[in-house]
Order: sequence, then C-alpha cells, then structure tokens
Amino acid sequence: MDRVVLHVDANSFYASVEVLYHPELRGRAVSVCGDPGERHGIVLASTIPAKRRGVKTGMAIWQAKQVCPELICVPPHYDLYIHFSGMLREIEESWTDRVEPFGLDENWLELTQPGFTMADGARAADAIRNRIRRELGITVSVGVSFNKVLAKLGSDLKKPDAVTVLDAEHWRERVWPLPVSDLLFVGPRTTRKLLPLGIFTIGDLACAPTEVLLRKFGKNGLMIQCFARGLDESPVRPSHLSEVVKSVGNSATTAYDITSPEGARCVCYLLAESVGARLRESGFRAGSVTLSARTTELEWSSHQCPLCPPSHVTEEIGAAACALFARRFEDQLPLRSLGVSCGDLVSDRDPLQVLLWGEERRQRLEALDDSLDGLRRRFGHQVVRRGIVLSDEGFAELDPKDDNIVHPISLPR
Amino acid sequence: MQNKQFVKVRADFMPDGRVIPLKFRTEEGPAMLIDRIVDIRPAPALKSGGQGMRYTCRVGEHLLYLFHDRSCWFVEPMEVD
Repeated sequence: MDRVVLHVDANSFYASVEVLYHPELRGRAVSVCGDPGERHGIVLASTIPAKRRGVKTGMAIWQAKQVCPELICVPPHYDLYIHFSGMLREIEESWTDRVEPFGLDENWLELTQPGFTMADGARAADAIRNRIRRELGITVSVGVSFNKVLAKLGSDLKKPDAVTVLDAEHWRERVWPLPVSDLLFVGPRTTRKLLPLGIFTIGDLACAPTEVLLRKFGKNGLMIQCFARGLDESPVRPSHLSEVVKSVGNSATTAYDITSPEGARCVCYLLAESVGARLRESGFRAGSVTLSARTTELEWSSHQCPLCPPSHVTEEIGAAACALFARRFEDQLPLRSLGVSCGDLVSDRDPLQVLLWGEERRQRLEALDDSLDGLRRRFGHQVVRRGIVLSDEGFAELDPKDDNIVHPISLPR
Repeated sequence: MQNKQFVKVRADFMPDGRVIPLKFRTEEGPAMLIDRIVDIRPAPALKSGGQGMRYTCRVGEHLLYLFHDRSCWFVEPMEVD
C-alpha cells in the first residue's frame, strides 16, 4: 500500500497570528522578537515583507533593524500561539487521528489507507489549507508525499498558502537539484563538511559513496543519504502516544552574565528546583546529572556525574550540579547560560537501596520537597524560595519550570 | 483599523456545550436584542483583529458579526461582498 503523508506548516506562524490580531500591521514589515532586556533579543518570526527585506529568523534585533530600518518589532504572546496551535491540530485531526507535531506550527498527517491515492492526498491538502485560512485567518503550506522527510521538504518548496505534491514518479526531478541544506537535518555545519566531498545538491548526496559518508558522519551520514534517496520509513506517531522520557532538563540564559561562583550556584539550584519538581511530577528518579554551560563567546560544553543512589531530591541534584560547576566550569566564568539535566531515569516506584548512613536525611529531604511542591502548586513558584537564590535578586525572579516551553522534536527515530 | 468594540453579552449556555447569545450592549450604548442568529462558524475578525466563534446576527434591520474570542466578545459590522 502506497503511503500518503502530509506536512502542514503554518507560514510565519507567530508573525501571522500577531498580524491577525493587529490588522493595522497587515502588509508591513513586522517581526516577533524576544525581549532584549532578558537577552532574548532575537527575531523569532517575520512577515513576508520583512523577509523580503532580508530579515532572517535568529538575527539580533539590531541586525534586523540594520537591513530593514522600518521593521516593526512586537513581543511574542506564547499563550496565543499555543491556542492557535491547538486549533490547527483540531482541524487536522478531523481528517485523521494520526497527527504528529513538529514544533507548535508544523504537523505531519498520515492519510494512508487502502485505495487512497496521492491525488486524494493533494485534494485533502487543499481542503485542509482552505479550511485553516477560512476559520483561523492564517495560511499554511502543505507538502504531500510518500514519507515524512519529503512531505516536509515539499511544504518548504512553495510558500505561502500552497500545496506541493512530491509523488514517487516525479520527486527526483524536483528534489535532487535542490541545495543539500534544504534537506531535514542537514544544517550549516553538515553542509560545510559536505562541500569538500563535492556534495552540493540533494542529488549529489543521494549518489555519493555510502562508505565515505559513513566514515565522515557515522550513522547520521547514512541517515541523511537515505533521506536524499527518498527512503524514510518512520511512522507518523499520533500525538497522544507519549514519548519514552530519557532525560529531564532545564536551561536558562540569565538576564546578565553569570560572573561569580555564587551566582552560578544560585542558577544551578534554581534549575535543580525545576528539574527535581518535573522528575517528581513524572514519577522518576535520576541516576546522573549533567551540567552544561555556554560562555559569553557562545561556546557550549557539558559534563556529567553519577547520582548514586538515583534521586529526585532538589538538594541532591543541586549539590551535584554545584560540585560539577566547581570542578569543571569555575575557570570558564563569565557564563551566558547554564543548563541542568538529569538522565539514567528509573521509576520512583522501583525498590531503592536503603542507605546505611544518611537514610533519615534523605527521607527528610523528600518530605521537604513534597511540602514545597504542594505549596507551589497552590500559591505559585515564588511563594517559597531557597536562601541561596536570594543571594542574587536578579536571578531569583527566574521560574525555569513554568517559564519553559518545550517544543516537541520527533525525528530521527 | 477600527477600534475593537467589546460588548457585554447575555447568552444561553446549552446542555450540549453550545453558547447562544441573546443580547449584547456596548460600554455606553443600549442593550441590543438579537432577533435571529443566521450563521455560526469559527472565523477571523479581519476588520478589528482577532479570531473566534463568529455569530452572524440579525438585530432589527441590520446584520452584524458577534465574535466570541476565547473569553471576550466583540462586534464588527458585516462585510459587504
């Protein structure tokens, strides 16, 4: 049975929603930008007039204003985008229950069923596109193909408000001449590494010797070559199927650089609070803690240590993160951001080795976390805070747990 | 762009979850009785900005759009095609 997979991508999603709510901005160069005061001052999404003037996602606001002086910057409203994302999903789920999200504004739909052809898929794509425009007032681009990778590529080919079909007979003619960077998971770094191999287009990648790619990129080389050859069997996973959680983590870019070990310890504990609370909420204990840091030169590094026995106690996670900081990162100050992540997860219902020394302390700490979680659930995160986080009032306002929005990522599998 | 005209609404909340507005009033204006609801569908509010459940209402001789956008209600004159 031939597969029919759709990829529905909302065009300039954040910017489209903002313009929908501010009709006076229609037709003008508008970008949704993060808050420069919190050092998130980059372009998150732009309208077509702004893109035409050279504004790109990820640019700093000052750079964007340089290429487009009349650019209007508006702050993001994530609650509104999440609301729209839900409505998009609802419309798509009226066609199929197999809808897999890829971020807030993109979804794959599996329409495969006996007798359902690519032409039927194109008709469904058109109907979905029209309904979204009519009911939500925003436009989407839809790619229709026989696997997820090509469907995604198809949705990028024609924008905005368009349907692109890449069927098994003709996809090579459309796809192989495209630059290799258009392929999913081929980012700027991979593109740079492919150049010396004489690989410029997706077709070059498909025809390149497999062993060379394998040697240079490992199994990822094999994966991107399969994608270039139109081989992708990954299923569209219905959104209600929850992922197997492998780690729980949080990171924060602080409002100003972390310059002192005390400041770093404060952020470590703030992040540990959030990670610990999420572990407890999800019913896990962690067997390892990873601390990652980004320097002011934007260099990223991370170090890991075991947590024995596995734990979800904030104090233990925070202490492990602080110990990692003291051992590995203290000489790298100042830092721009820190991240704490817990891995090697086990269920908190699994039997736990009783400690010969310290068992009473551990039970006390668990009871303490339990009470703190209860208080925060009822009265908000800031109702009770650790003394250490008050050492720096600027960082103390951070609420990594509730301020954090995780955008789902699904491929590769 | 015209200013968004938010209104206070009295409505029936039906057992099946539908919300049927009966009358509305602007900040200072008189209460307007909705004679008939001609159409209900989700739609964008292209003139005043927003999106929500759009009720096309007949009020006396006039047709207008009444929008229910998440928790607030606003009216918009109907487009003439």
